[in-house]
Amino acid sequence: MNGRAMPVLPPAAEALAARAAVERAQGGAAPRLRLRHGLVLGLLWAGAAMAQDAAGETAFAALMRWAPLLLEGFGFNILISFLAMAFGTGAGAFLGLGQIAPSRGLRAFSVGVTQFFRNAPWLVLLFFCMFLLPFEFVVLGATIPFPDWVKAVIGLALPVMANVSEILRGAVASIPSGQWEAAESLGYTRRQTLWRIILPQCVRRMLPPWMNLYAILTMATVLASIVGVAEMMTLTGRALAAENRADLLLSFYGFVLICFFVYCYPIALLTRRLEARFAVAG
Amino acid sequence: MSAGRTGEVVVSLRDVRKSFGDVEVLRGVSFDVRRGEVVCVIGPSGSGKSTLIRCVNGLAKVNGGSITVMGREVNDPRLDVLALRRSVGMVFQQYNLFPHRTALQNVMMAQVTVLKRPKAEAERVARALIAKVKLEGKEDAYPGELSGGQQQRVAIARSLAMNPEVMLFDEVTAALDPETVKEVLNTIRQLAADGMTCILVTHEMGFAREVADHIYFTDRGVIVEHGPPASFFAEASDPRTREFLGQIL
Ligand SMILES: Nc1ncnc2c1ncn2[C@@H]1O[C@H](COP(=O)(O)OP(=O)(O)O)[C@@H](O)[C@H]1O
Ligand SMILES: [Mg+2]
Repeated sequence: MNGRAMPVLPPAAEALAARAAVERAQGGAAPRLRLRHGLVLGLLWAGAAMAQDAAGETAFAALMRWAPLLLEGFGFNILISFLAMAFGTGAGAFLGLGQIAPSRGLRAFSVGVTQFFRNAPWLVLLFFCMFLLPFEFVVLGATIPFPDWVKAVIGLALPVMANVSEILRGAVASIPSGQWEAAESLGYTRRQTLWRIILPQCVRRMLPPWMNLYAILTMATVLASIVGVAEMMTLTGRALAAENRADLLLSFYGFVLICFFVYCYPIALLTRRLEARFAVAG
Repeated sequence: MSAGRTGEVVVSLRDVRKSFGDVEVLRGVSFDVRRGEVVCVIGPSGSGKSTLIRCVNGLAKVNGGSITVMGREVNDPRLDVLALRRSVGMVFQQYNLFPHRTALQNVMMAQVTVLKRPKAEAERVARALIAKVKLEGKEDAYPGELSGGQQQRVAIARSLAMNPEVMLFDEVTAALDPETVKEVLNTIRQLAADGMTCILVTHEMGFAREVADHIYFTDRGVIVEHGPPASFFAEASDPRTREFLGQIL
């Protein structure tokens, strides 16, 4: 944390953390973003953006000055979300296969790891990664730096891993046992049955919850601001500190909300459409 | 009663016992099936018919007694289970086709994966079998696009593609509409005429009477009565059999 004072938990992050906890408790069923949320958001923001300070500059004009930097920060959020999703999905696939392995030991281990990381608050995992991982690795004499944002990726990848693992296990369990029996009675080995019959049918079922998870992860990337990563929330805070104008708060944070909404809403839409399609297709 | 049954024994059960927990579902079942024979197993639901034929291809493990298929002991822990399953075809009440593959692929897949047949040969075999079950033109349809009877015939073709020595049918018409039942029974009738060895669990008494060489009536895990169809239906003497036939016929 470079000796900096711990920033106060921003309201948006607090809300997100609370929401993530609710979602975990509900087993991942997230409340969905709807278009009306975006409209309300846009109206509020437009009102705030028209406010003027003593010098006559509108909040909107101030925002435009900062927008390039803030959007760069948003790009960083997206990058973190991509990487955390990629690592989390890769590791989660292995862990999920472990949960259905024939070996009892491997199964118990995988179930334990999955449940542990699925039921831990994301923010706490993030803090653990920040403080437990070294800032650099020395491999064969070469020093590999390990910046905060990489630690944040790992910290966010852990709960993603656990959720992907559970999505995979759930999908495999949802395939009727008749599929296993039909394959077995044709002489398939367990492994062949899993890879050629069961998992191909799971991919389709896993896609909507996986995309849902991605949207939740993207929104959770702002947690990285609490541990000092220079993503959009952090940069917004710095910009506001530099401007030192209370009337900018609403429009600047509103801009952050709008960016996330514009990015996540299409994902939510697509997820719902896929779910509907798969429900019809059986 | 089994006088006149000759030929090589393909499947043999001796005092087969099977329990689920404390419940003994099979309580000493014995019978032989010879090459080319069609054997029907009938009986009230819950009497252990499905369990019985699932034991024959090792889907269920028996707790006692012995099952041999082509001389291989199914109970033997050193048994090559995959080899056993290649020689025993099984068709289920719920078809259990692979829904993410077309009819043609359903019939091809196991040939390529399990028998290691070249793709071209597997496809030739699959097309011929799909024609045999009278589904030409449906090769590229997905299971969800086929009627129950059509799906069941694809499932039969899928099993036949493995060149089994014996086919097991577990109430394969029970989930079908009356019209499509006929299509599936015709397919099985054809198989029987071709000399395929079949064990058939069925509630279609008319069909059993027509195609079966031998009928077994099971109740509560034992064979109560058995015989060739003519005498079975005319002379069944056990009150449980009479009651069952009275309900069905
Ligand atoms: N996997 C299982 N676990 C526990 N009980 C089972 C299982 N399979 C079947 N049974 C029980 O065994 C008995 C016989 O079932 P089944 O062989 O399906 O009968 P049938 O096919 O003649 O209707 C039933 O009482 C059923 O509940
Ligand atoms: Mg049954």
